[in-house]
Amino acid sequence: MEAKQFNHHQTAHCENGVTVSLLKHHGFDKITEPLAFGIGSGLFYIQIPFMKVNNGPAISFRTMPGAIFKRTCKALGIKVEKKKFNSPEKAALYLEEKVANNIPVGCQVGVFHLNYFPKEYRFHFNAHNLIVYGKNENSYLISDPVMETTTSLTAEELSKVRFAKGALAPKGHVYYPIHVGQISHETLKKAIIKGIKRNCRDMLNIPGSFAGVAGIQHTAKKIRKWRSQLGEKQAALYLGQIIRMQEEIGTGGGGFRFLYAAFLEEAAAILDEKELLEVSEQLTNAGDLWRDSAVLMAGIFKGRLKTQQDFERCADLLDQISAVEKAAFKQLSKIKFK
Amino acid sequence: MKKQDLPQDKSALDNFTREVCYVKNEAGNYETDLSTGWEAKKVALDNAWDDINDRIKEAQQNVRSGISSPIAFFMEEKLMDFTVLSGYTGFWKWQIKRHLKPAVFQKLSTKKLEKYATAFELSVSELKNYNGSEAI
Repeated sequence: MEAKQFNHHQTAHCENGVTVSLLKHHGFDKITEPLAFGIGSGLFYIQIPFMKVNNGPAISFRTMPGAIFKRTCKALGIKVEKKKFNSPEKAALYLEEKVANNIPVGCQVGVFHLNYFPKEYRFHFNAHNLIVYGKNENSYLISDPVMETTTSLTAEELSKVRFAKGALAPKGHVYYPIHVGQISHETLKKAIIKGIKRNCRDMLNIPGSFAGVAGIQHTAKKIRKWRSQLGEKQAALYLGQIIRMQEEIGTGGGGFRFLYAAFLEEAAAILDEKELLEVSEQLTNAGDLWRDSAVLMAGIFKGRLKTQQDFERCADLLDQISAVEKAAFKQLSKIKFK
Repeated sequence: MKKQDLPQDKSALDNFTREVCYVKNEAGNYETDLSTGWEAKKVALDNAWDDINDRIKEAQQNVRSGISSPIAFFMEEKLMDFTVLSGYTGFWKWQIKRHLKPAVFQKLSTKKLEKYATAFELSVSELKNYNGSEAI
């Protein structure tokens, strides 16, 4: 049997990208990045208490790593295989076997040793995802969804990133769909609705003040105190951390809000539900406000703005965003799907 | 964000890749477009690196003046925290904290030094003999 050719797809976010590329490879052409993100209930906000990342606040604009692939496949009735390893040798053998059988697989990797990334982006971040889809004499062929083109890594380089250490250490984690059958329009519709409902729950109903729309207000409250608590320099670095989590490569802009708005637009057509377009519009508005806040924060650490009033303005903007997203998800949660 | 507003600023992504962003086209529908970068986040990343470089310099100074062992410097230099270094070496965090003291570091066995050297991608002698100078 002739091996099926693998096609590289560039996406905003790595895990969405792996999901999209692997499902397309298995014949499910309708999948898009916004659909994978929405069915996987990807949108989120959390400031994790008592935790620091790179000496700044631990903030995330998306759901936990791994959830999007897992949920999207499950909702579409796709069987998946996933494996972690203690031994790099066993992990390499397993991968070798998949490659020999022409099965492209998703791999979780750390970016610190990922040599095709610019040095400025190589932190000890271990929840990056890429696809290994083949091999030539010297190296493995890599489809990294955030890159414009395919790349390659030697066996040694690949082993290093698959066994990166630290928080969320990948332990050679590989995953791929075993079988993607015919997915009916009905199944797709149900998956979308399920994804929307779970996302409403995550944004509106998680107890405590750290997560969802309440989490955004929680951060706003903190920002009001940062300047006096931490001093100007440290406070500016903390704001910088928010911008990076919100806008860096992988978010599609505006802390994934534009990506979610794009999902709702696609969902409106598939479910024939016009009200979703209204909610999409509100999420676009939220994304634009997040971008505004990034500009304001950037002004603070460039030293143009540095008074307490400037920090208050950032916090006010975040309060406003929280209200916009709350209204959007309330409306979304009330839509009665046919 | 409208398609025409998508920033195309210079950034660290130059010569590596452009990134996918979701933007609204003239018809008011979402599509993807590629961006070379955005000034607002470039300054955030630059700022983070300035801070890292300050921390590296400070660690260097501490090694030079005998306050900390070379491990403290290479940890900063390789952007590691205790969790990461503990993962690469197999030592507990409290052990690493002890090894940051020059007196304790001096007495470490070659076997232990090897673990650190491997984690930092150095030779044992490079690690052992680092005295806080600028050039490594």
